[in-house]
Amino acid sequence: MLIDLKNITKEYDNSGVVTRVLHGISLEVEEGEFLSIMGPSGSGKSTLMHIIGFLDRPSTGIYNFNNEDTKDFPDDDLARIRNERIGFVFQSFNLLARTSVLDNVILPLTYSKLENHIERATKALESVGLGQRLGFMSNQISGGQKQRVAIARALVCDPKVIFADEPTGNLDSKSGATVMNILQKLNDEGRTIILVTHDRTVAEHAKRIITIRDGMIVMDEKIANQIRNVPVEDRD
Amino acid sequence: MSLFVKKITNTFKQLLSRKGRSLLTILGIVIGVAGVIIIVSLGAGAQTLVLGQITKLGTNLIGILPGKSNEKGPPAAVFGVQVTTLTANDVEAIKDTSKVPHAVGVASFVRGNATVISGRESVDTTFSATDGSYPRVQDVEMDRGVFFSDEEGRAGANVIVLGYDVADQLFPNGDELGQIVKVQTNGNNSTAIPFRVIGVQKKLGNVFFQNQDDQVFIPFPIGQKQFLGINYIQFVRVKADSTDNVKSTIEDIQRVLRDQHRIKDIENDDFSVRDLADAIKILTSITDGLRMFLGLMAGISLVVGGIGIMNIMLVTVSERTREIGLRKAIGATSKQIRDQFLFEAVILTSLGGVFGIIVGSLISYLIAVGARYAGYDWSFVISPTAIILAVGVSVLTGITFGLYPAIKAAKLNPIDALRYE
Repeated sequence: MLIDLKNITKEYDNSGVVTRVLHGISLEVEEGEFLSIMGPSGSGKSTLMHIIGFLDRPSTGIYNFNNEDTKDFPDDDLARIRNERIGFVFQSFNLLARTSVLDNVILPLTYSKLENHIERATKALESVGLGQRLGFMSNQISGGQKQRVAIARALVCDPKVIFADEPTGNLDSKSGATVMNILQKLNDEGRTIILVTHDRTVAEHAKRIITIRDGMIVMDEKIANQIRNVPVEDRD
Repeated sequence: MSLFVKKITNTFKQLLSRKGRSLLTILGIVIGVAGVIIIVSLGAGAQTLVLGQITKLGTNLIGILPGKSNEKGPPAAVFGVQVTTLTANDVEAIKDTSKVPHAVGVASFVRGNATVISGRESVDTTFSATDGSYPRVQDVEMDRGVFFSDEEGRAGANVIVLGYDVADQLFPNGDELGQIVKVQTNGNNSTAIPFRVIGVQKKLGNVFFQNQDDQVFIPFPIGQKQFLGINYIQFVRVKADSTDNVKSTIEDIQRVLRDQHRIKDIENDDFSVRDLADAIKILTSITDGLRMFLGLMAGISLVVGGIGIMNIMLVTVSERTREIGLRKAIGATSKQIRDQFLFEAVILTSLGGVFGIIVGSLISYLIAVGARYAGYDWSFVISPTAIILAVGVSVLTGITFGLYPAIKAAKLNPIDALRYE
């Protein structure tokens, strides 16, 4: 089992006012799954993703990652897991400004033990169809291309899981479709994808959807007719 | 590529992507370091200039001024106070080789302002009335002609030796020897006394910010009695036969003068006898003090520059909150974030230090060139200590003032940082 959450809760203490965001979430994710976490804003889906992605720690509950209890992992170990096992794709891309596409993708490698940075980054960019854009500055490319650079950056350390938080949220439908196609392709290659979205059509690109409302999983469904291969014109 | 080199290149890339900001950040350090370099260099230049001028006068030289002075300060006569206790009898006693055996030359001086007239040309200058022994006492060389003899000096012959610039102004063709010039003091009211030009001094340049070529020399009695109408001597210079005998000669002179003035208690001395070693000591202590003070001021500007760096780094940290969040999300540890910002601060300050050294050296050099052009024997001195100190302090400011923003950056929570707009 890759991800095994047992009765996870999360509380925020805002100067004495305790807000409980997650109310006992239990969830199992196998390696190679394509999971969508769906829910309206404020439902706790982002918080859940942050906890699964080791950006945050649960208040109570057990989180086993790769069959290891992560409760007592020090911060530096979590940083290493984020670097080696996890790739993040954010809604707002979060590329470094005034930095080349290639250097943006190299960034995670600078925190890893891996070598051959340029080759690895080039390969990652080629796999998202941006092999011709290596030297471009991150502000010289379109939104769709930016998100593909972000995917390449998430891929470059060869992680087990890729987390995508509303990856199509800032994109037009065509660029969004391209991004979803790439995520599906990565899943086909055996990588686990966890997608967070509030949009049912985006969520249906996954093989399984869990729905969260008020900090609890209210639905866990397998998708029989995964939306696949929406044709997009290549605009690059 | 080693990890360290990679780190430096990455940091440079980061800094170059924000050129304007980086430049502004280091400006304070550049100015601070340049200030330290310039001040230390100027201080050293001025010191060598002054010391060089003193040694130019000859290290065997002893000066006698009327009036008491304490050991460390200058005598009252320096401040223009008229003290009348030094007389011709005193000088005669000093010239007595049985009393002052190592004195090889003694010259009395009085000075005043005079106008030297030749035909329709006239020059306002300073006259020094002295003895024929003057060139031997102060190692002065002649450009043309001769200095007046001991005889002429004693007798008050109407002969004159011109400083180089005075000769140049009155006789541009260089035909002054044998010509008659008139010398007038007290403006144009007194009668002008005619003198025959017998020599021109070699060009000397500035010594103690006085143009040594803008003066004339006349025999002592004329200057003292006819021009100034006084009976005392303004100052006396004595040359000892060797540097080793300077101290004993000073003691001899003091003994003679106390005897002459019937002084029993040293406390009641009405004269001061000094050699150049004393002058060098006084000057060095003054210039050292000044250099230290100014260096400190420049050092304070370095600290201010460091605080400037801290401010801008703090702004940078909050501006780059999202970047910090992203870096943490993709695997940077808090320590790596802290090191990154600290490294940026240190590289910025080091760059500032290097630019500061270049700017400071350049300005010091230009000042040296300017001073030399103005006629001073100014040497361009860059002290390695100043450079090491300036760079050391600037790197230290980088670490000190970079640490707080760096720790602030490292403490950021990745989620909050990613959400930050």
